[in-house]
Amino acid sequence: MFWKKKVPLLIVFIMGFVMAVQYFVPSDFSKKFYDTYIDWAIVIGIFGGVLGFFSFFRVHIHKVSKQAPNWQFSLISILCALLMIIAALLGGRGSGSLFMKLFLYTSAAINATVFSLLAFYISSAAYRAFRARSTQALALLLAAVIMMLGRVPIGDSISFWTAWGWPSINEISQWILNVPNLAAKRAIILGVGLGSLLMSLKIILGIERTYLGSE
Amino acid sequence: MDFLAKLEKVDRRIIYLIITVAVVLPFFFRMGLPITISPEVKSVYDYIDGLTPSDCVFISGDYDPQVDAELSPMFDAIVRHCFEKNVKVIVANVFNLQGIGLVEPRLKKLAEEYHKVYGVDYAFLGWKIGGSLLIMGMGESFKKTWETDYYGTRLGDMPITRNIRNYDDISLVADLTGGGAYNAWIVYAYVQYHQKIAAGITAVMAADAYPQLQAGQLIGLLGGLRGAAEYEQLIKHPALGSVGMEAQSWAHIAIILFIILGNIGYYAVKRKNKK
Repeated sequence: MFWKKKVPLLIVFIMGFVMAVQYFVPSDFSKKFYDTYIDWAIVIGIFGGVLGFFSFFRVHIHKVSKQAPNWQFSLISILCALLMIIAALLGGRGSGSLFMKLFLYTSAAINATVFSLLAFYISSAAYRAFRARSTQALALLLAAVIMMLGRVPIGDSISFWTAWGWPSINEISQWILNVPNLAAKRAIILGVGLGSLLMSLKIILGIERTYLGSE
Repeated sequence: MDFLAKLEKVDRRIIYLIITVAVVLPFFFRMGLPITISPEVKSVYDYIDGLTPSDCVFISGDYDPQVDAELSPMFDAIVRHCFEKNVKVIVANVFNLQGIGLVEPRLKKLAEEYHKVYGVDYAFLGWKIGGSLLIMGMGESFKKTWETDYYGTRLGDMPITRNIRNYDDISLVADLTGGGAYNAWIVYAYVQYHQKIAAGITAVMAADAYPQLQAGQLIGLLGGLRGAAEYEQLIKHPALGSVGMEAQSWAHIAIILFIILGNIGYYAVKRKNKK
């Protein structure tokens, strides 16, 4: 109980309090404390990375040795990770190296391909979802169409009405971004900010303890 | 009437086919659509254009291959502009490990094109564990935070980084991200050290950055492929961003037409059901 609950709570309280004080009270001590904190945090982060590395191998080796469902994928994961490590150790990591070629022609290509499929799904989803069923839906539909046209050059090319002094589609889309979008976003940001502040205080004061895990 | 009703249920394969044609054809048949420049892109351009060879721009390529098509043209355009102005460029991947493979070859290629010398005119730091901590650390000691470049050379041994103490010696941080990494730069570099920050963000995330832009926390913003295309127009070097805008134009037109057809079909069915 003491080591698992009280010590972490004490560390969080002291660190939260001291970090807040050092931010608002600039002094040599504050600066030194801040520098030390950054060094420590980076070192802890590196240990976290090493832990993640071993955890990855432990999980997948366990799956392969137990021949758990889909263990073949675990084997491929281990082999791929080892291949990348060996390629980097033997041929370096710079452009033109085997490591970089493996990344660009496999991982990067696969990631980009899968993500680009979204264009097709979104097109199909937009066609099916954007129905002017109500006034609100119509407003959303119009805003979406204006934004879609306003963010591409063809929007300006088809804005023939600018000859009469009316704003182009691009200008209307810019207004949507700068006025209604900004108002909504700012309200959300303020809400999230206040919520974060409150949550931080609750964690520092030990009221919020879910990060400690279950009993 | 049946024909109109069918418009509500167009087969998705037809939609996919038309989107494919709309995306692919503009790469072969260009119409040269004019691209207007938005104030947020112009302000980034103006800021970099006002820098001198003694200035240094830090570019963080915080993106992965999924958004490479949108953000790499931005990276190319900004680096090109800096090299043309003989501004020093330091590139890193503060938040995204995968960004290394995307920006390092591009940086080298651009440096060769502009005859820039590694370690003197530009440097590549790669990725290091830390994220926000690196941003905080750079405000105190740049060399202590990064120590070496991507290839293992100590920063104190390279002319470009030898005299960089902290953000005081960095004229601009340009963060290219597919997520919200620019927020960390604002919180830890702008708020604490008053570092000037520009952001290059995917189109889908760009709307989120307007409050920070209007508040002056970002000096400018490149939103999506259009942002890249606008910057390419400003530096008079149309490349992938400008070509991609035509494809995006026709894809958007195709989607809008499908939406209109879908609504015609929807109202035709509704009218039929009422009767």
